[in-house]
Amino acid sequence: MPENPMSETTALLHARPMVPQIAHVRRRRHDAPDAWTLELDMANGERFLYAPGQFNMLTAFGVGEAAISVSGDPAEGPLIHTIRAVGPVSKALTQLGAGDPVGVRGPFGVGWPMAQAEGKDVLVVAGGLGLAPLRPALYRLLGERARYGKVTLLFGARRPEDILFRHEVERWRGRFDIDVEVTVDHATDGWRGNVGVVTTLISRHDIDPSKTVAMVCGPEVMMRFVAMALMDKGLGEEAIYLSMERNMKCAIGHCGHCQLGPTFICRDGPVFTYARLKPLLAVKEL
Amino acid sequence: MENLERILSEHRFFHGLDKDFLELAAGCAKNVRFDAGQFIFHEGEAADQFYLVREGRVALQVSAPGRGAGIFLTIEPGEVFGVNWLVPPYRWVYDAKALEPSRAISMDARCLRNKCEADHNLGYEIMKRLMPVLIERLHETRLQYLDLYRSHA
Repeated sequence: MPENPMSETTALLHARPMVPQIAHVRRRRHDAPDAWTLELDMANGERFLYAPGQFNMLTAFGVGEAAISVSGDPAEGPLIHTIRAVGPVSKALTQLGAGDPVGVRGPFGVGWPMAQAEGKDVLVVAGGLGLAPLRPALYRLLGERARYGKVTLLFGARRPEDILFRHEVERWRGRFDIDVEVTVDHATDGWRGNVGVVTTLISRHDIDPSKTVAMVCGPEVMMRFVAMALMDKGLGEEAIYLSMERNMKCAIGHCGHCQLGPTFICRDGPVFTYARLKPLLAVKEL
Repeated sequence: MENLERILSEHRFFHGLDKDFLELAAGCAKNVRFDAGQFIFHEGEAADQFYLVREGRVALQVSAPGRGAGIFLTIEPGEVFGVNWLVPPYRWVYDAKALEPSRAISMDARCLRNKCEADHNLGYEIMKRLMPVLIERLHETRLQYLDLYRSHA
C-alpha cells in the first residue's frame, strides 16, 4: 500500500489544507482514565487514508482545533483518534457523542518508517498514551507480518489501570508472532506483571542491532532515555525513530508554533530519527 | 560446590568472574526456591542474604497503612536483589515477595562480606558488579518519581 494514497479527501487537503472536512462520531470508547477513543465516519462517505504515525487537526466546533495522532488501522475501518483530555479542545472532543460533527484536517506529517523496516526486526517502545500513535504501525506490522522480522512491543504505563487499549494488548500478548512486554511504574498488591520504568524492559531484551529498527513514542524524557538504552544495546542513531509532540497550529509548516530549531514538527515530522533529533533535544530552550 | 560455581558463572551478575573468585563466592552460596506469594524477607529484618534470581519474578514493595503494598520494582531472572547486605546497618528497607514460583541463589551476606574484607580483589570485583545495578536503579527511581505518564491537565 502506498504511504500517502490520493483520495478525494487527500486531493482536498492539497488544494485547501486549512479547510476542515466534516466527519461524524460513530462511537466513543473510554480507553484509559483520562483518554477516550473516537471512531469517525467522513461525511463524504470516503474511507480516510493515512500512513501510520501521521496526525490530523481535529476541530471541536465552537471551541478550537488540536493536533491528534491517528490511532486506528490504516488498512480498514473508520478513522480513529485516541485523545487525552488535557485542554479545552481535547476535553470538548472527548465529550462528543455518536452523530456529533468533528472537523478533520489532514493527514499531516511524516509517519513511521514502515518501508525502511521491511525485512528487519521491529522494536516498538511505547510509554503511556504514546501507544496511540504507534498502534497504526502495529496494525500494519501484524497485518503484513511476513514483510518483517521479529516484532516486539515494550509498553510502559503509569499504573495497571492506566494501560491503554488493555484488551487489545492482552490479545497481542496471546499471539505467537509478536512479543509483548508490559511494565507499570507503580503497582499495588495483586498486580502480577512487571513493575519498573520501560527502560528496564530494554535492558532485559535481546536485540540484534544489525537488523533492528526501533519506533518510540511517549513523553519526551522517556524517549530520550529509551534512545540511550537502545544505543547501549548497539542500535545506531539512524535506526531509532521518535515521534515528537509540540503545539501544532497550522500543521503545514507556516506558523512556526511547532518549530524545533530548524525543523517543523508538523511538516518534517512528527517522526524523526534520533540522529536528527539528538542535537535539538539537548537544547533546553527548545 | 562445582555445580554452584557453574550456576554462579552463568548468572549475569557473576558472568566473567575469575574462577578463583567464583570458588570463593560459591562457598557462600546455596540454591533456594520460593512459592508464588511467599515472602522472602520483610522490611526491618536483618539483611543477611543477597539473592541472584534464576527463575520466576520477585516483587520489591513497601506497605503503607490503608494503601496496601506498593510495588516499586520487579526482579527478573538474571537480576539481583537485597543489596542492603553490603553496607551497615545490614537491614532490609522493603519487603521481597515471589510473584510466581521462583528459584534463586542465596548468598550468605556475612560470609561474602568476610571474604570481600579478606580479599580486596574479590571485594572490588563484587563492587564493580553492584555499582552499575545501584546506579541504574537510582536512575530508574528518579524516572518513576517524575511520574512521566501523569496527565498534566
